[in-house]
Amino acid sequence: MATDGGTDSGSHSMDKSITLPPDEIFRNLENAKRFAIDIGGSLTKLAYYSTVQHKVAKVRSFDHTTKTNFQNETDGDPLYEISVQEEITARLHFIKFENRYIETCLDFIKDHLVNTETKVIKATGGGAYKFKDLIEKKLKLKVDKEDEMSCLIKGCNFVLKNIPHEAFVYAKHADPEFRFQNTHPDIFPYLLVNIGSGVSIVKVESEDKFERIGGSSIGGGTFWGLGALLTKTQRFDELLQLASKGQHTSVDMLVKDIYGGASVSLGLPGYLIASSFGKSATTDKEFSKEDMAKSLLHMISNDIGQLACLYARLHNLTRVYFGGFFIRGHPVTMHTITYSINFFSKGEVQALFLRHEGYLGAIGAFLKGAEEDNPNQYSWGENYAGSSGLMSVSPDLNPMQRARSGTFDMLEMDRLERQLVNLPLLQDPSSYIPDTVDLTEDALAREYWLYCFEEALDGVVKRAVASQKDQPEATERAEKFRQKYRHKLQTLRHQPFAYGSLTVRSLLDTREHCLNEFNFPDPYSKIKQKENDMALKYYQKVVQSLEELSWEQRQFALIRGLLAGNVFDWGAKAVSDILETDPQFGFEQAKQQLQERPWLVDAYNQWIERLKGPPHKCALFFVDNSGVDIILGVFPFVRELLIRGTEVVLASNSGPALNDVTNSELQIVTERIAAMDPVIQAGVKEDRLMLVQSGSSSPCLDLSRLDKVLATVVRERGTDLVIIEGMGRAIHTNYYAMLNCESLKLAVIKNSWLAERLGGKIFSVVFKYEVPSKTQGQH
Amino acid sequence: MELNGYHCDSEVKDEDTTETQSLRSRAEVPCSFVATADRERSPAGGGAHPERRVSNSSSGRQRIDSLKKNRPPFPWFGMDIGGTLVKLVYFEPKDITAEEEQEEVESLKSIRHYLTSRTAYGKTGIRDVHLELPDLTLWGRRGSLHFIRFPTQELPAFLQMGRDKHFSSLHTTLCATGGGAYKFEDDFRTMADLQLLKLDELDCLIKGVLYIDSVVSSGPPECYYYENPTDTEHCEPKAYNLENPYPLLLVNIGSGVSILAVYSKDNYKRVTGTSLGGGTFLGLCCLLTGCSTFEEALEMASRGESTRVDKLVRDIYGGDYERFGLPGWAVASSFGSMMCKEKRESVSKEDLARATLVTITNNIGSITRMCALNEGIERVVFVGNFLRVNTLSMKLLAYALDYWSKGQLKALFLRHEGYFGAVGALLELSNSS
Repeated sequence: MATDGGTDSGSHSMDKSITLPPDEIFRNLENAKRFAIDIGGSLTKLAYYSTVQHKVAKVRSFDHTTKTNFQNETDGDPLYEISVQEEITARLHFIKFENRYIETCLDFIKDHLVNTETKVIKATGGGAYKFKDLIEKKLKLKVDKEDEMSCLIKGCNFVLKNIPHEAFVYAKHADPEFRFQNTHPDIFPYLLVNIGSGVSIVKVESEDKFERIGGSSIGGGTFWGLGALLTKTQRFDELLQLASKGQHTSVDMLVKDIYGGASVSLGLPGYLIASSFGKSATTDKEFSKEDMAKSLLHMISNDIGQLACLYARLHNLTRVYFGGFFIRGHPVTMHTITYSINFFSKGEVQALFLRHEGYLGAIGAFLKGAEEDNPNQYSWGENYAGSSGLMSVSPDLNPMQRARSGTFDMLEMDRLERQLVNLPLLQDPSSYIPDTVDLTEDALAREYWLYCFEEALDGVVKRAVASQKDQPEATERAEKFRQKYRHKLQTLRHQPFAYGSLTVRSLLDTREHCLNEFNFPDPYSKIKQKENDMALKYYQKVVQSLEELSWEQRQFALIRGLLAGNVFDWGAKAVSDILETDPQFGFEQAKQQLQERPWLVDAYNQWIERLKGPPHKCALFFVDNSGVDIILGVFPFVRELLIRGTEVVLASNSGPALNDVTNSELQIVTERIAAMDPVIQAGVKEDRLMLVQSGSSSPCLDLSRLDKVLATVVRERGTDLVIIEGMGRAIHTNYYAMLNCESLKLAVIKNSWLAERLGGKIFSVVFKYEVPSKTQGQH
Repeated sequence: MELNGYHCDSEVKDEDTTETQSLRSRAEVPCSFVATADRERSPAGGGAHPERRVSNSSSGRQRIDSLKKNRPPFPWFGMDIGGTLVKLVYFEPKDITAEEEQEEVESLKSIRHYLTSRTAYGKTGIRDVHLELPDLTLWGRRGSLHFIRFPTQELPAFLQMGRDKHFSSLHTTLCATGGGAYKFEDDFRTMADLQLLKLDELDCLIKGVLYIDSVVSSGPPECYYYENPTDTEHCEPKAYNLENPYPLLLVNIGSGVSILAVYSKDNYKRVTGTSLGGGTFLGLCCLLTGCSTFEEALEMASRGESTRVDKLVRDIYGGDYERFGLPGWAVASSFGSMMCKEKRESVSKEDLARATLVTITNNIGSITRMCALNEGIERVVFVGNFLRVNTLSMKLLAYALDYWSKGQLKALFLRHEGYFGAVGALLELSNSS
């Protein structure tokens, strides 16, 4: 059954004493519309849609048409104008709190709700009836009840589609206990086993097609009800806590109790439970509460696991997600269910759990009420700054304390401007993992990077303040940013799994989200502007000197140029220290820093051989930094490709991240270069040089979440070469990405720790050229 | 006479079982539970070499002639030592000649007299007189088959009795199956000087079922089902002819539950099992109500009302949950109402016993139904002592299988519900010489 638990008489006493911190929960209520609520046996989940006003940095080209000669510009005259504008983005807010706070929360919402035209609130969950009158009275909204199971499924589809690393397997004795699963591009079909007071087993075949194929009456309610009778313990959490301390072997009759020690010879493991509670039938002794609770937990978990396997087998399904209040982040039940599934399926089925399992009903109810906004037509992204993340589930931790410490749990999701899809050139989208190192598993690397980001925080704060010199409260906001991000880092130190697998990418993205949260949309905008200005002045000189070289010399110089350009990275502390202290640090100095060949990874000879062959049809280039990198490194290289007859698609970030060049900046830069370089100009004019946005605002690159337009262009142009540049995109992510076409991954390792790990020194060069084997290429 | 592929003729019996061993398809038995004891004893040194079994069988053939003379010496026992109960079958020869009577040693006589002259042994041993099969011919002898049970806990007392009655002086082999055959092997040897012939419990179970069904021809039918299972007023037991039983799902509900798919008399596999069985029912009842025997627990259950303990679909949805075709009367959450303190305080022990019985029974029905679907088998035979004097559970199983399969599955029951393992063990006696 779908119901979320019965009533625990103790937990419904209203608690009005709590004061709600308005900055932290129920945010953006002023603009909230479309409410949904899911009231379970003990927890309430509230969902609403709101718009967030964000400052965004916009760049706009000056009107240069009046100026006839570019080079006559004075030194201080910038290339483009930066303005900070307010932009409105859509955000989904989900808040989870205990039912006892429901009245306080409703009062709070009523007081803060300003301009909503909302008339109804979608409701689901067993408690929706119970609190109907209260909600209608307090909020003056009509409660509109939605079917629980369809909400659950809708919510489940939504998180599986929009949150990478939503699903995980649980391994009690592993470190970390969570192993996040890569979201398969096609999430269907799957089995959802919802363990509420009873169990519902639902087969989901598509967005709209699902069927309850079975269930069982032995579920969370049985554990709770029978447990309360046996142990005189009232609360579900307390029962679980008892169970985690008990020994089931004193209550259960095991195979070895029946067979004696000889059971080994029969092949049945002696520890297997032959009869749950079997010993209490044959002995008169007293059993401890802990032991009985444990035995009960095993009995119920095993039974559910067995049925789930039988249904999975009958319907030929291997993806089985578990949810419901019985599971809800409880390590004890996740462990016993996992164990049971492994046993009964002999490893063929994996028990999968969801990070946002508790929110599924609320998300689904919300989506049902928001169909006119078509939320399913957009891509959404988890906002790391506004979401609480997965709680620590250390088994030693008192489960009750755990519940209390997270009185309010939040999930915020931003509507992304663009719809995100796979890069069509991925060899196997279902096994593609963007990140090179999983910091949840690699404790050493985790320690280093957490330290590294903490160390860099001062610089980021300084940069943020400097980017808004005209705003006196910027210092205060920057300080808030510092606190928030430092707090996130601390959380991640203890719970690296909070937002899925911890990676350098997620650390960087979290920082961007936090910066945005405090209205520092683009702290590097001015630096980027200055760097672009400077670099443009050298463009023609660089191109000229390249043209003087022989073909072979030129090819090498172009690659060296790309690499030297890539040194200019404010994201790398070693470089930002140099750039902060030595503003004169230039292209030539950068070249001198580079490692001499042979490089750390050196496929240059193969690349040159390839260049002697026929030109590529179309190259997709994921660019990195502004300034020297894009203008003096990338453009001369692009120029050469165009001359060779290769079309070029330049993919740049949709939104700002560090000093990475954004799509709007790149358009202006390209325009300016085209004005002085006929090759580029012709390329643009003849549509052989295209600028597209990646859909990302990260210094890293997830090839499974790219702008749909980019994917279309890649497909239409017959792209046969992908170039990925920079540490963030080619080392931290995609180093092992397998593509269907040729690829170049190049970067300068600007971090001595990482260089050392790879077996090199700082400023080592990675030049990876890969050609897919023929059989793979044919997919 | 051949019924269910079972030869009742004693002369060919031995060959038949030997052949059975060689034919039994081990490959189709993925679960290790069926790794048998006789495999260990096999001179071929293991079941991995079926071709060597054939040569074994030819040596068996030579034994046929000698069997008549060398049929196993009395007494003829079969034992099944389970987690909760010991099941004992005893063949009482009724065709004893005067000459035999004279030769019969005192201890044998005493045992025969002790077992057949009473229906209760000590405080807890019971002979199920109503199950007795009189006028049975086994290995050329005519007699009665007796069915006796006592708690496994009382096994030491049983061994003491065997010692007192000088059982070991008969130099008989005691065929035993069930986990206890392994667990108590040493005790049998040290306490009663008895050597056990340990037998695989699933082999014995199937042999016993097929044998008993084949020999019962008069009196109450061995195999029956419930007619109109979904209509409580007209739900009646009816005889069922198990002549062509395959394929068959055999569900043995003892302390725990084993589910076997039987494709022929020598081809079966253990599909799965569950730890929620008779032991769970009794164990939970003892804890919840303070009762101490199965009979007591059943009696309480018969007077209770599970709907006061369980949460039904209608308790949640006010009626049927039509979206998913769930009727309002269906149990949504077993013991679900017990989450609420007030309700916990208002239920009776009888209600709790009933709810326990319904929970365990329905769960077995549910797992059985899924196994039947996965294996593509429509006939299900339930056996095991959980069903003894437990019409409530049998009707519930009949109902659940019929209702949830929309009439596709048929639940069958056997009168000698808990004794098949012991019977199967007895049948192995002829192989023991």
